[in-house]
Amino acid sequence: MSHIEHILITVNGESQSIPRGTSLAAVITHAQLAAETVATAVNGAFVARNDRVARELQMGDAVFTFQAITGG
Amino acid sequence: MGFRIADVELSSRFFLGTSSYPSPHVLQQAIAASGAQVVTVGLKRQLVAATTPNGQATQNDFYRLIRESGARLLPNTAGCRTAREAVTLAYMARELFDTHWIKLEVVGDEHTLQPDPFELVQATTELVRAGFEVFPYCTDDLVSCQRLLDVGCRILMPWGAPIGSGQGLINPYALRTLRARLPDVPLIVDAGIGCPSDAALAMELGFDAVLLNSAVALAHQPVQMAAAFKLGIESGRLAYEAGIMATQDMAVATTPVTGRPFL
Repeated sequence: MSHIEHILITVNGESQSIPRGTSLAAVITHAQLAAETVATAVNGAFVARNDRVARELQMGDAVFTFQAITGG
Repeated sequence: MGFRIADVELSSRFFLGTSSYPSPHVLQQAIAASGAQVVTVGLKRQLVAATTPNGQATQNDFYRLIRESGARLLPNTAGCRTAREAVTLAYMARELFDTHWIKLEVVGDEHTLQPDPFELVQATTELVRAGFEVFPYCTDDLVSCQRLLDVGCRILMPWGAPIGSGQGLINPYALRTLRARLPDVPLIVDAGIGCPSDAALAMELGFDAVLLNSAVALAHQPVQMAAAFKLGIESGRLAYEAGIMATQDMAVATTPVTGRPFL
């Protein structure tokens, strides 16, 4: 029986345990967010929509999602 | 009345913010009444509780209404305290709103929300290299404005007064100086405008456009106020183009009488 190793990350400040090797795209999908309605950053650095699938998250990564709002 | 900014022809000199309206419907009506062809938008980090399908639906609804207005979007980097934050947010805005225009905001003081000129220059340098059209929200300081132009800004947006204060143009001398020293740079007075006469004054000083939000959104009748600002801005621009007479220290008689009526 194989053992799946998990790592801890944060998503918008909340801790999450995810299988090692999980992509940023998978985390966005898991949060039920439509990929095109959010912008993403990992550890304060922008990650483009097209790069989310290839971006494998690491232990301690801080994921932030941003949405469009009204503004002045 | 039309003008060109960032390689785009615009007929309206009224840039309108989209925040703090009583409802999305009022916002939509206010945009229409203003005649604005450019509206500002923002982006924010999602809270865990808001990261839900319902929260997304509300935001998508607002975004749909703004899109339907047909106005060009000018996203901002509100809330940023450093150049690094602002640059990151600018990249996100470019992706979310599908525009390379960015209203660059970097706050340097918590009480006045005064823009930080050093962080602005640093962020602008990076963003211009990356192909952004930077609309910097800056102070009216001539030299820091010059530095922004040096690193690639083609537009400047000096404050009239602190954001949301409604104080009007607190330093007309500085604004006149900017206009005189930078005659070929599109200048937009941003922030602090309280009433249509403030906007008219900015236009009479020769500014190319005005950007405001609170004065419309917080009016008892935002749609009517949007229409009032539209008229004020158009009036101020017409007056500027017509040529405003020079002020005189003493009275100058206007009726061409011959001396006193009776000898």
